Amino acid sequence: MAVNDVLEARALAARRGFATLFVDVAFSLQSGEALVVTGPNGSGKTTLLRIVAGLTAPASGEVRWRGEPTRPFDPRLRDVVALNGHWPALKDELTAEENLDAWTALTGQRAARDAIAVALDDVALSRQRRLPVRVLSQGQRRRIGLARLALAKRTLWILDEPLTALDNEAAGMLGDLLDVHLARGGVCVAASHQPLPIGAARTQTLALSS
Amino acid sequence: MSDSALHAIGWALARDIRVALRSKGELGVQLLFYVIVVSLFPLATSPSRELLATLGPGVLWTTALLASLLSLSRLFASDFHDGTLEQIALSPRPLAALVSGKMAAHWLTTGLPVVVMAPLLGAQYALDVPVLATLTLSLLLGTPILSLLGAVGAALTLGARGGGSLLALLVLPLYAPVLIFGAGAVDAVRSGLSAAPHLSLLGAGLLLALVAVPFAVAAAVRIALD
Repeated sequence: MAVNDVLEARALAARRGFATLFVDVAFSLQSGEALVVTGPNGSGKTTLLRIVAGLTAPASGEVRWRGEPTRPFDPRLRDVVALNGHWPALKDELTAEENLDAWTALTGQRAARDAIAVALDDVALSRQRRLPVRVLSQGQRRRIGLARLALAKRTLWILDEPLTALDNEAAGMLGDLLDVHLARGGVCVAASHQPLPIGAARTQTLALSS
Repeated sequence: MSDSALHAIGWALARDIRVALRSKGELGVQLLFYVIVVSLFPLATSPSRELLATLGPGVLWTTALLASLLSLSRLFASDFHDGTLEQIALSPRPLAALVSGKMAAHWLTTGLPVVVMAPLLGAQYALDVPVLATLTLSLLLGTPILSLLGAVGAALTLGARGGGSLLALLVLPLYAPVLIFGAGAVDAVRSGLSAAPHLSLLGAGLLLALVAVPFAVAAAVRIALD
């Protein structure tokens, strides 16, 4: 293992019920690198992401963060991880602004109202920021998720199908966010059917087969 | 208790109350259910004062159980389905504290209104003032236990098919002791005895639940997310 490996997976295997999803998955990421996980539906992309995030325990193998093995719900992982999963984790009853305010408060880095307004402006939602999320479209909800990534200031981004429901403009925004994140030395693990809109030099690909 | 835990309780409490106040309809349904069911019994039985005064405490307590059950399925399920729960579990804050805040919000929005309505509804059952006071006090001590025990069931049935009916089967037996001591306190006063032993036991149960339940719920939530 190289000294500057930030995130490393060794011999990961996952099982769902009686079905084995994948065995012997390994990767290692250095600061500023992204991993794109590809594979057909049902090949275990989301499960792999959830294992890396510390939500699910692997059937065997381990995930190491800065050289130390992690366990599910590891406090060290919870301090660094930002997960954008299948569901946008937004409360329909609250406005975009309130949702973001709640999330930044939860992670202990409460952002100023201005910062939230700027983040929403960056994803072109400033006109919708006082609307309850209930009335927003799928793509707009995804954009709020992007604004949350920008505000959260986490080192490890875990993105499950980040391009789903995004239009070209928003995909560009995701690319910009990822570029900034990786340039700052962050790492990212993403499951995606399409190539991520970032420079290929910093991307590794991991193909899961069914 | 650490500062972070207090912050976490406050965060979850404030957020859940805000969400609940934005969806007033759901709150109203639960309270209306309580009012209507309690009011049905005098219509279905005889209007004799003696009978109503005998039935009253049991009816109010049983209906409080059912009303609490009605709102339980919402407690974690909506957060589970929209992905909020996994974000909460992945946050740096202690999960037991976060779920404590959620349970406190659940009691404030569903248990407290039941307690407040009890003296008014009890008047339909020809209960006199000392009996009504004991009834209200027993509900004040008992309904938080219902929210806490119910939260364990709600967390355990997350993601289960037919979670709602399973939840009722799981939780109602756990509610039985609360019902026995709660309604027992009121009966004791009606027969001229002291309600203190029943109320003390309810209080002790509440303290025990307050200490143990958050950790059980946090563990159940983690299992549900796995």
